Amino acid sequence: MILKKKARHSRGDFETSIGNVFKIFSILFFLFITIFPFYWMLNLSFRPYGDVSLNPSRMVPRWSDIKTVFTPFSCLVDLETETCRQAISNSSYSAVLINYNFLGFIKNSLIISSVTVILNLIIAVPAAYATTRLDFRGRNLMNWIILLIYMFPSIVISIPLFVFFVRLQNLLGIQLRSPMGVAVIYLAGTLPLCLHMLRGYFESIPKELEEAARIDGASRLEVILKITIPLAAPVIATVALYIFMVAWNEFLYALLFLVDNPDGWTLPLGLQQLDNQEVPSTFLMAGSAIISIPIIILYFFLQRFLKAGLTAGGVEE
Amino acid sequence: MGTTLNEDLSQRKSRRKLPKLEWNLSLSRKESLLGYTLVLPALLVVLLIVLFPIFWNIVLSFQPVRMRDLGNMDLLNFSQLTLNNFTTGLDRKFWIGLRVTLIYAFFGTSLSILLGLWAALIARKEFRGHNLFRAFILLPYVIPVVSSAFIWRFMLDKHIGIINQVWQFFGANPIAWLTTRSVQLNLLGNTIDFPLALTTIILFEGWRYFPFAFLFILARMQAIPETLYEAARIDGASPLQQLRHITLPQLRTAITVLFLLRFIWTFYKFDDVFLLNGGTAGTSILSIQIYSWLFARRNIGVAAAIGVILAALLIILAALFQRWNSLKESP
Repeated sequence: MILKKKARHSRGDFETSIGNVFKIFSILFFLFITIFPFYWMLNLSFRPYGDVSLNPSRMVPRWSDIKTVFTPFSCLVDLETETCRQAISNSSYSAVLINYNFLGFIKNSLIISSVTVILNLIIAVPAAYATTRLDFRGRNLMNWIILLIYMFPSIVISIPLFVFFVRLQNLLGIQLRSPMGVAVIYLAGTLPLCLHMLRGYFESIPKELEEAARIDGASRLEVILKITIPLAAPVIATVALYIFMVAWNEFLYALLFLVDNPDGWTLPLGLQQLDNQEVPSTFLMAGSAIISIPIIILYFFLQRFLKAGLTAGGVEE
Repeated sequence: MGTTLNEDLSQRKSRRKLPKLEWNLSLSRKESLLGYTLVLPALLVVLLIVLFPIFWNIVLSFQPVRMRDLGNMDLLNFSQLTLNNFTTGLDRKFWIGLRVTLIYAFFGTSLSILLGLWAALIARKEFRGHNLFRAFILLPYVIPVVSSAFIWRFMLDKHIGIINQVWQFFGANPIAWLTTRSVQLNLLGNTIDFPLALTTIILFEGWRYFPFAFLFILARMQAIPETLYEAARIDGASPLQQLRHITLPQLRTAITVLFLLRFIWTFYKFDDVFLLNGGTAGTSILSIQIYSWLFARRNIGVAAAIGVILAALLIILAALFQRWNSLKESP
């Protein structure tokens, strides 16, 4: 009976059943390779280095080690005592945050990323509107330049920029290799991307709405401020958060322009600079978690919107 | 719609009446004036921080600029132009680096696309929890590279790395994956030097960027008309036949574009290799060489010269990209 039934199965049925098994295997494979590394980061970050080197393959941190990580919370009650200081340097997270100044780096990263986003929007929203809606000579050239810059390697641009910054710094006598200076570079680096994403959206808003408003006597500027921008608000917010993530993750320019100025280090640079023999790897993993967790949370909030944006122009981090 | 028609009409009318024409002209002039005003800030930023440096980089590549002279040397003195930077920069190490970079970019890109294609084929049809699956699968791409590079460095560590623990469980000796230039492999009686560190880095690249390929391919895959599959099913095509004769041909141009785009970006990638092993053990890709000319050997001229060569290569690649892209538009 069974044999007979099997024989009647077509090639398609056979492949479908094999395919289902393969599919389950594949899903598990992909979930494993994407989740396990981050699980491992958390696992290492909660354990003392001694335990990691003795039992490298321990899968779950011991309860006592987890408690050690959280003891510095007791410092909220009485600060500056010896036990409290001890607790801070024993706990990987608080040691990184306080003893290695990650709190300062968080502040720098927040400032740089926010300034980048704000400048980007101020400059990109009007420009994206103009290049999609208004007719003027050189519009196509502008679009072409955006694409070119978008693909231009940052390592090449960084050499003359570095020279430029050093010279300008000597000339003007101000510190340009500072968070603000880097924010300006990030602005240039992300502006093409921002323009690209916004243009795609402006093109999709029907012109008729604007034209109706213009017939009613609204000027072009009023149309932009009262119709286009409110309509695009959710998209603008998504682009803003995406640019924020790009600036938060950036490493190369931070390394080139801020390495001599430890007070101005961003989180990624601060973490990379921690990487030497004296700092245990568990602390580095705590630092990695501190950088990644805000991004992961932001991303899970946004992922529905982001997916469209990520592929819109083939976005590079 | 109505408005465009009205505008057409008014334009036609204005051709007949002179005063109307003037009014119309000033309106369109007003429009382009507004256009220029809105674009100006963006244009200034791009000119000052991107285009100007690109051109200045060319000038620097012909000047003998050292880091220590940077503060006081006259950079606008063009009497000392020289080709020395190029002759110094294009040494043996450069050519080895170019080869390594090409291998790294080619295989890194291919691997990420293959993984992305595989993942997209799975995620094409909805299944329980497929939204969560898609969300998790993007993690490697979203995470800051500093974190993911450090995570993999510790997972691949010779002593405390979990991968070597599993490796040893199967009876092998622990390996320093990222810092071993090559291992000897015995293949069919021939011993070959297998470039281990480079391979590990390529695997990392595949892991980190496959989510990008996944999104790109999935978007294209979902645009394939369902009727093609229905017709194939009626003709009795099996899932594999559908994959081979419908899905893959439909994806061909998208994958070509994706490949070039990712190839270009991987070719110039700096962070990943720098953070994983600093470009040691046979992985000194060109972007790392530029960095070391700049900060270890403190020779800005040579760094700029290699930069110019990289930029020239980029333009060639971008031209190729443009051609493929236009092929895509005219099927």
